[in-house]
Amino acid sequence: MSAHASTYVPKSRLAKWFESRLPIVGLVHSSFVSYPVPRNLNYFWTFGAILMAMLISQIVTGIWLAMHYEPTAAGAFNSVEHIMRDVNYGWLLRYMHANGASMFFVAVYIHMFRALYYGSYKAPREILYILGVIIYLLMMATAFLGYTLPWGQMSFWGATVITSILGAIPVVGDTIQSLLWGGYSVGSPTLNRFFSLHYLLPFMILGVVVLHVWALHVTGQNNPTGIPIKSDKDTVPFTPYATIKDVFASMVFFAFFAYWIFYQPNYLGHADNYIPANPAVTPAHIVPEWYFLPFYAILRAVPDKLGGVVLMFSAVLILALAPWLDTSRIRSANYRPIYRQFLWLFVSVCVALGYLGAMPPEGGYVIAARLCTAYYFAHFLLVMPLVGLFETPKPMPGSILDSVTGPGKQFSGSGMPVGAAAAPSSKG
Amino acid sequence: MANTAANPDSTHGEPDGTRRDFMFLATGAGLAVGGVAVAWPFVASMAPDAETIAAGAPLEVDLTPIQEGQIVNVFWRGKLIFVRSRSEKEIKEAQDVKLSELIDPQADSARVKDGHAKWLIVYGNCTHLGCVPLGHQGQYEGWSCPCHGSLYDTSGRVRRGPAPANLPVPPYAFETDTKIRIGEEAGKAAA
Repeated sequence: MSAHASTYVPKSRLAKWFESRLPIVGLVHSSFVSYPVPRNLNYFWTFGAILMAMLISQIVTGIWLAMHYEPTAAGAFNSVEHIMRDVNYGWLLRYMHANGASMFFVAVYIHMFRALYYGSYKAPREILYILGVIIYLLMMATAFLGYTLPWGQMSFWGATVITSILGAIPVVGDTIQSLLWGGYSVGSPTLNRFFSLHYLLPFMILGVVVLHVWALHVTGQNNPTGIPIKSDKDTVPFTPYATIKDVFASMVFFAFFAYWIFYQPNYLGHADNYIPANPAVTPAHIVPEWYFLPFYAILRAVPDKLGGVVLMFSAVLILALAPWLDTSRIRSANYRPIYRQFLWLFVSVCVALGYLGAMPPEGGYVIAARLCTAYYFAHFLLVMPLVGLFETPKPMPGSILDSVTGPGKQFSGSGMPVGAAAAPSSKG
Repeated sequence: MANTAANPDSTHGEPDGTRRDFMFLATGAGLAVGGVAVAWPFVASMAPDAETIAAGAPLEVDLTPIQEGQIVNVFWRGKLIFVRSRSEKEIKEAQDVKLSELIDPQADSARVKDGHAKWLIVYGNCTHLGCVPLGHQGQYEGWSCPCHGSLYDTSGRVRRGPAPANLPVPPYAFETDTKIRIGEEAGKAAA
């Protein structure tokens, strides 16, 4: 997975025998041990590892929940209550899985912000970045499918509303809808296939994650300055520096995760989903999970069924065009005084859209949602191309090393942080 | 931090251990305890849940409708149990066998309740690989297993292999002369 040659040298005869037949240890060694990482990475760069940990957590808890879950309209709701009440630690598995979905999105939004702020989407990382957008799309599909499985009121009506979105497609909309439903409305066949797909998609995510990491290790990591690696002095080996930092950040993140599981397990959900699905009654206030709210606000900002759907999907897909819409040759917003302000405005608009998505679609909320939607797209279609052309960047450091030690300072050593090379076994 | 001494931490009390060694051990111990704590709920969730345990409560069987010579199938905790009403001839055959001739020696009296020799209650899966033996068949007229040919006598004892053991007797007790309760010995609950 790495562009540079492996430095792994098998020691035992068995290891040599194995490595000459399947060089997987060397692959892991060159990808996660000797792999050079920029020495100036901040904690934003730990979210890749955190996301990997969350994906594994979701897959494991999901497999265990599936041991007790029943994907039929008649049995789903009761089987979820059965998990909560009868299965040993079933409540823990379910709360880990449900809140884990939210934590997954918390981490992915921070990860995406990092990519936008530090220009990680720019050449040569376009493919790496687009693979990330694909993972995000798969995550959204997986989260939606998973939310329908408890077959409560929000599950049922969420499934009805979202599948109705596809009914907006001209000509073939109705056919697609009935193929999704497996009937004339959302029902037991729908639930059964949603369960099947919900089990499938995380493994597809895992596959794309492998490509994502592969692409990362070909281009190398971006860093807070956005300057490419120029010499060995700009980097430190992945192990122990990045590994320990990733593990530490993951532990802090999992402490945050644990707070939700053990103290606010239902805060991020909707009480209505503890009412069994009823096709005759729609909940008074139906909103998606928090992580979909900005897109939901965009959907409702448009007073036209097809238009709203098109705009909502465009809002996600436009992310994939960022590498070509941004005309600046500077990656990191730290050196882009004007764009940086627009980027924070963009972040504020996304948060505002999230708030508006949770509010009822009436009066001032609709007007505000339209203004925010307009800026959301303007940020990509106007700000990214134009600011890059007119902006004067701040002076850049000469290298990653300069950004850490100050310009011109030299020290002995081969890419170790200051002080780290001195007798590590005696450090207190 | 001074690096002049060979082991600068030796002044802190422990001559052979550094603080780094302690951190390694503490981290390792923390990981081991944490790993077990995380794995525990996953393993525990695979054990029978409260609903399954509740469904495994003792089962009452009324013996009045069972005719002599009849074998009735009942299920307790998902397991097949034969309730067999034995004829005088079958009881005598079961009692007269020499224990030394048996693969898994056990007296018939140890396999039925005192004063109720007519009733044989045994699990209904062959002790070889779990197939259901056919009643009143084979040389000993107890059961004959269709899968691999094991034969049982009228006490449910194995008489010809490959089965290694007799059909086990489940825990049960007579509530009255015509009613049994499977799942509990008299006075104590089954585990």
